[in-house]
Formats: sequence, C-alpha cells, structure tokens
Amino acid sequence: MPTHPFTSNPAMHLMPDLFGAEMQKAATREGWGQALLDAGRENKQIVALSADVSGSVYTHLFEREFPDRFVQCGVAEQNMASVAAGLAMSGKIAFFSAYGVFSPGRNWDQIRVNVAYNNLDVKFSGAHAGLTVGPDGATHQALEDIALMRVLPNVCVICPSDSLQAGRAVHAAAARKGPVYIRLSREKSPVFSTDQTPFEIGKINVLADGTDVAIIATGLCVYEALKAAKRLAEEGVSAAVLDCHTIKPLDAKTLAAYAKKCGCIVTAEEHQVNGGLGGAVCEALAENFSVPVVRVGMPDQFGESGGGWELMKKFGMDADGIKKAATKAMEIRKKR
Amino acid sequence: MPVQRIDSIQELSLKANDIRVDIINMLLPAKSGHTAGPLGMADIFAALYFHTLKHDWKKPDWPERDRVVLSNGHIAPVLYATLGEAGYFDKSLFSSLRKLGSPLQGHPHRGSLPGIETSSGPLGQGLSQACGMALASRMDGKKNVIWCLTSDGEHEEGQTWEAVLLAAKYKLGNLIAIMDRNFIQIDGTTEDILPLESMSAKYKAFNWDVVEIDGNDMQEVVAALDKARARAAANAQNKPLMIIAKTVPGKGVSFMENRYQWHGKPPNAEEAQKALDELQIARKRIMLV
Repeated sequence: MPTHPFTSNPAMHLMPDLFGAEMQKAATREGWGQALLDAGRENKQIVALSADVSGSVYTHLFEREFPDRFVQCGVAEQNMASVAAGLAMSGKIAFFSAYGVFSPGRNWDQIRVNVAYNNLDVKFSGAHAGLTVGPDGATHQALEDIALMRVLPNVCVICPSDSLQAGRAVHAAAARKGPVYIRLSREKSPVFSTDQTPFEIGKINVLADGTDVAIIATGLCVYEALKAAKRLAEEGVSAAVLDCHTIKPLDAKTLAAYAKKCGCIVTAEEHQVNGGLGGAVCEALAENFSVPVVRVGMPDQFGESGGGWELMKKFGMDADGIKKAATKAMEIRKKR
Repeated sequence: MPVQRIDSIQELSLKANDIRVDIINMLLPAKSGHTAGPLGMADIFAALYFHTLKHDWKKPDWPERDRVVLSNGHIAPVLYATLGEAGYFDKSLFSSLRKLGSPLQGHPHRGSLPGIETSSGPLGQGLSQACGMALASRMDGKKNVIWCLTSDGEHEEGQTWEAVLLAAKYKLGNLIAIMDRNFIQIDGTTEDILPLESMSAKYKAFNWDVVEIDGNDMQEVVAALDKARARAAANAQNKPLMIIAKTVPGKGVSFMENRYQWHGKPPNAEEAQKALDELQIARKRIMLV
C-alpha cells in the first residue's frame, strides 16, 4: 500500500510542527479565563459568577480586576444559574462556571427554564469535563453534559479543541445573542491552532482533507484525531479530520459533504457515545446522507479513577482508539 | 384604560374584587389551572400594581421600573388579571388562558405578554432571579426596587435557601420578598407535608428583616408595602426584607377558602356562578364601608 505524508489544510493555519515535542500546552479553562477578562475589559455589561471554583476555572482573573462585577455564589450551582438569569434580564451578559458535573449537571432545570426558555444572554462553562479529569473518579467526570445541553432549545453548545479556540469561543459567545454553553477541560493539551485559524460558531474546521474516512472530533479528541490521521496516512489511508467545535448548531452541510466524499465516518469525543457529538452526527446524517458511523466515546458506562490519558487509552478515546475505529468504519463500508 | 395610582383603601379593595372576578372568569373556560392561590393573593397584587409599585403600563420595558418576579408561577391567573386590569394588555385575552396560541400560557412566559418579567413554574427559582436583578440594579446605581412574590410551599425547595443566603451576604436591601403564607400545598397542609414553621425565625436567623402581615387586610397590606418600598429605596445596602403575608387560600369564595383541594383545580360552571355571586355580594359590602 502506498504511503503518503499527512498534511494539514493550509487554510486552517495550524502550527507548522504539529506533532513536534515543542508544542505548547495549555488547558482550555485557561483560555476561557483569559478571554473572559479581555471581554470584560471591552464590555462593561459583562459580569461573572462562580460557585466556589473561581480559581480552578480561571474566573479569578476577572474577579480580581472587576470585583464589583463578580458574584461569588458559594457551593450553590442552582442558585448561580438563576442569579445569572436575573442579571441578564437586567441587561447584563452573565458568564457563570463550575465543574461540568455540577453545572450543567445539577442545575439543568434552572438552565432550562430561567436561561434557555427566557432565551437570555447567559454564557456558561462546564469545566473539568470529560474523562481526563482522571483521578477524581466517576463522580467528577462529566460525560453527559453535551447531551444535557444540546437537547435544550435556544442553547448553543461549543466544545473547544485547544486553549486558543476556547478564548475565541468566549468572545464569540459574548457577541452572540442567547445562551451559550462552553465545555472545558482541566488537562493541559497541545495548542495546535494559531491566531490565523478560523473560528465561527456553527462552522466545522476541516483541519485535514481526506477521501477514505472522515473523523469528526470535538474537544481534546481533535488533536488525537490528527495524530490518528497521521498514522493512518503512513499506512496509506487518507483520513479527513474535522474539528466540530460547535455541536449545536451543527454544521450538517459539511458533515453531509464528507459523508458523501468518504463514505464512512468516525466520531470522537470525551463523552458518552449516546447523546453527544456521535448522537448529533448520526441524527444529522440519517436525515441527509446516511453512511456507516463508528462512535468513539464512553460506551454507556461510568468512568473510574486513573491518570487522564491512561483512562483515554483504556476507553479507546486516544489516537490509537480513533485509528482502530477508522479501520472498523472502512470495513463496515466495504461490506455494504 | 390607563392605570391610575389608587390611594383609597376602599377603591383598592374593589380592584382586588375585580381581580377575583377576572380569575374566576378566566379559569372557567380554561378548564384547568389553579384557583386558591390566585384568589388569596388578589389583595396584595391590587395594592402592589395599583398603589406601591413604580411602573408604567405604557412602557413595560422602562429600565427604571420596579421589577416583580413571580416565583410561584402557578398563580399566573392573578398576575394576568392584575396586568390586564392595569392596562398592560387587553382584557379580552383573559378567556384565552391556557388555550392553543394564547399569550396567557399555563405558567407565565417572559416575552409572551408585556409585564411578565420572567418565566416561572418550577418552584424555588424566583428568589434567585430577583437576587440577580437586585445585584444588577446595584451595579448600575439604579434606585428601583426588586419584588419577589413567593409561596410558602416553595420553601421546601433547597434553592430557595441558597438564594436566601446570597441575598443576606450581599445585603440586598433593594430586594423585597413577599411570601404567600397560606399553609396549603397540593397534597395537604404545609405543616403536614413538610413543616415550615417558624418561617419568621428562619428568615431572621438567615440575616433578613421580617415583617408579618394579614395579606387579606388591605389597610395592613398597603401600609406594609409602602413602608417596605420607602426603606428599600432609601438604602439598598440594608438587610433584605421578607414580608410574610398570611393569606386565606380561595379568599372571597366561601366553599374554596382554606381548602387545599382547591389548590390546583378550576371551578365548573355551577361553582363559578356561585363564586361570582359571592364576589358580587362582597363588592356591595365594600361599597358600603
């Protein structure tokens, strides 16, 4: 089988030495915190709230500079969501954050009725989401939040793939009307995008083109998908890598185009395989252009304690797991 | 008809009577909805919207307005009746309550009708939103007052107490909460279902100021609301205030009064007629005073 070198899409302006050892690392929560501070400097109507995790979600940067525009709610995520709604109903753009398992885990009803039904300018993040929060164990691994949020009308759902993109998402959320949920990670990960990389809510970034299989990934799985595509290229397989940072509204047009082009799809996310990105992609393709889809994610079970990347490997959400899924997807396509 | 500030206790009582009549007339064609709570709160709604509140029905989005958060959204009929009487929308909409395409949703929906500050229904969420509004007013240096109308039953929701803590922490003196203390909920009396007493002691322990009134005595209601508003407007850095208003659920209709069975059902045609007859007699009694 002929091999060919992996190349990223030049229009995406990714870091030149994508897989080099010198790649900078940062957590998406850091990108959130810095961008929230910057957005707060630009727009005085921006306010922030926290539920006793200001430091670990990097909201403390905003808190330090704008103490009068910051509300510390204590360990009370339900109240925080509703207080944010009250602020937004008085003309503020309210940003709140806590750990994903608690927010939007515990305060789903408040987000549904106060934020989404009222369609308010409330922007909120679920931090420490996914399996990579690691040692804290299953109770603290938010693997259901994408499903919980994307089912709500009016709510836009974003899962940034690196720290830089998380910052772009914050600014885009501040500029957008209505509620926006941004999913964040605790773990540092390679910053593979650059200031020139495009970011538009609802528009998939085609990071690498390909013809044999399309890998639709979100969050930390995007970089894993790039690594998988590189290894597949070495084996002669041309894999497209799509950064689906916005899960809602979903870029169904680009998805259908790659379903047609490649004939099989892999989805990859640090989330339950049911209801998240994988579910969203299957729904969209079933109504547009149906092809085999292999979903990489948590296979309908709870996590456990362990190193973040040990767990990603164990449950097949790392580059190896994504590569295996790509092979499986191509086999299914062949059998059809 | 535009709203006029009413100072006369007799006229406010008549307005409350009008609101009760509207509630019965609204619930009959709706064939579902809540009766006891709305009737019990008619006096407070009349006093608030026709006397104490700083608002303008012609400008429902006026940024300096007092805001009223109805936390226990299931008493929507009394809110709709009051807003309609106050001129926010045409009273002909009353008969569309809970019907397909009506802006009078079963529970209030922000944006459906002018004057509705927030969507509500799921209990225990209103006080938190009122806290957010009070914080925003403080940040913006506004002198308006945020009112939260809440039920006793929703104090069984944990979130209510999260908001109580926050309001005390930030000394939200521009926030006034009014509790409809009618002692009933769907399954029975509050003290049987999940005892709440002493509400007054609980709020005081949480660093709130507390006033207790008879929520169906117009004179007492007006005096308490006026005093509370003056205090809130004078100093937004005070302790927040809870007005515990003891009300009679089903007030004004003898066979509904104090009966928890009327919490969540509407009258049938015969019951509605009896209720309207009683309210007509009550009206004459008010006129004689």
